[in-house]
Amino acid sequence: MISDSVTLMVIFVLAAFVGYEVISKVPSILHTPLMSGSNAIHGIILAGAMVVAGYAHGVLQTALAAVAVFLATGNIVGGAVVTDRMLGMFKGRQAGRGEREEAK
Amino acid sequence: MTADPAVVVAPHTFTWLYLLAAVFFILALKALSSPKHARYGMWTGIVGMVIAAVVTWVAQDVNHDWVIAVGFVAGAVVAVPAARFIKMTAIPQMVAIFNGVGGGAAATITTVEFLHDAPRGVGPAEAVEVVFGVVIGCISFSGSMFAFAKLQGLMTGTPVTYRGQQLVNGVAFVITLAAAVTTVASPHNVWLLVTALAALAVGVGIVLPIGGADTPVLISLLNAFTGLAVAADGFALDNVVLIVAGTLVGASGSLLTKLMSDAMGRSLPNIMFAAVGSKVTASAAAGAADRSYRSGDAVDVATLLAYSRKVMMVPGYGLAVAQAQQTIVELAKALQSRGVEVTYGIHPVAGRMPGHMNVLLAEANVPYEELKEMDQANEELPTTDVALVVGANDVVNPAARNAPDSPIYGMPIINVDQAEHVVFLKRSMRPGFSGVENDLFYDPKTIMLFGDAKESLTRLLAAVKAS
Repeated sequence: MISDSVTLMVIFVLAAFVGYEVISKVPSILHTPLMSGSNAIHGIILAGAMVVAGYAHGVLQTALAAVAVFLATGNIVGGAVVTDRMLGMFKGRQAGRGEREEAK
Repeated sequence: MTADPAVVVAPHTFTWLYLLAAVFFILALKALSSPKHARYGMWTGIVGMVIAAVVTWVAQDVNHDWVIAVGFVAGAVVAVPAARFIKMTAIPQMVAIFNGVGGGAAATITTVEFLHDAPRGVGPAEAVEVVFGVVIGCISFSGSMFAFAKLQGLMTGTPVTYRGQQLVNGVAFVITLAAAVTTVASPHNVWLLVTALAALAVGVGIVLPIGGADTPVLISLLNAFTGLAVAADGFALDNVVLIVAGTLVGASGSLLTKLMSDAMGRSLPNIMFAAVGSKVTASAAAGAADRSYRSGDAVDVATLLAYSRKVMMVPGYGLAVAQAQQTIVELAKALQSRGVEVTYGIHPVAGRMPGHMNVLLAEANVPYEELKEMDQANEELPTTDVALVVGANDVVNPAARNAPDSPIYGMPIINVDQAEHVVFLKRSMRPGFSGVENDLFYDPKTIMLFGDAKESLTRLLAAVKAS
């Protein structure tokens, strides 16, 4: 039987290896979108902001929790929109190719 | 123990849904590293985030729903237009600011956790987790905000150095460490506040001496930092999905940072600390002031281009600054319609961050096949008639190949000097970011075309159409 904190540590270590392996072959074209995309993914800190907002006690804690939700939303929503716009342009590249083929 | 009809979803189900969200995050990162699936990757990530957020909201005690709603709506109202309407050239500072607010959120969350638990006493293990979240989150927050200010032009983009900088940074770091340890040993609000303030100062201290061109690598590093802060929050809140997502970003962000600094041919410590305590680069460039070079006008260059067989465009930072992507593409099309073979040689760090130039050219509808990565470009350059370098300098400077004493020696470059002719579109003879003189400017086969990149390209376009 392993304790709770050990379980969390195991998850942490495995996730670190997965994170390293999963992007090990990224072409340089995608460095920028990948940075932006992973930036959006850590926006899930919003979940943490919701948790503390749930049990915040008194004015100070509640205000800080509201700030946390606000900031985390900026991270998650802004990060996702920017990344999606960026990747939309990669799709535009295929459209560009189609155009050219038609033009030939 | 009667079943409450309102509680349809058992806590166990939440864990399964969290696992599902975590898998989505991994798939998202995986897809983001391949050009074909990148966009699906982002949406996979978004689905994962929606699952995790909804589960969290449903699962928690129902206090303060309004706090969450207000914070969420306010955040979205500010972030969506900012992200939606920003110019593509401003992407790096947008990433910086959205990363910074994430770090700020992480630090704030652990602070609330600390304040909430303080009356009942905060154990050492929890205090360590809280302190990690606050320190890393604060460094990421202040660092990202200053990186944003640099890129947005709110403050100087050149490295800020002053006497005793190392000492000041060192002291801020030591205070952070001491305050963090004190917070764990005796968990009082005051110590946590001191820790947070000192960590904010450390973040500023890290960013100030870093130049504008290196800032993207810094942002990538701060992105990894925020990931780790999120993971620390996950430990503090016993929240698995935060640990998984934060750690994934922390690990992949660290690797990405390394890949980026490799692409610039520099080590990360060199990027981070090069400016501190050194003022060599400025004087190195001064020696070559009086050498002769050949400058041409648009008609000369246009004729050269129009009667070439094979032309390679090598765009750089200056193209992005001048917003001239569309114009260079029009020029390429005009040449192609005359039967000239046109490709684009893209250095991995061309633009304002790695891969940025590909995004900008893709936005201008350049077909994928015409974009050549550095290695491909170098294979083709010996058979290329004209290399047209627009707003780039360091990434084509042969000193990186043949001047061992040069600060950029060893950096992988695009070998435009192997083309038959080289044309530089530049504002002036001023060297690039690294401050290193480029001997290629003075080579007999080089023509300099001075002026704003967009204006020069427009004149070239008109001249090509006329010839």
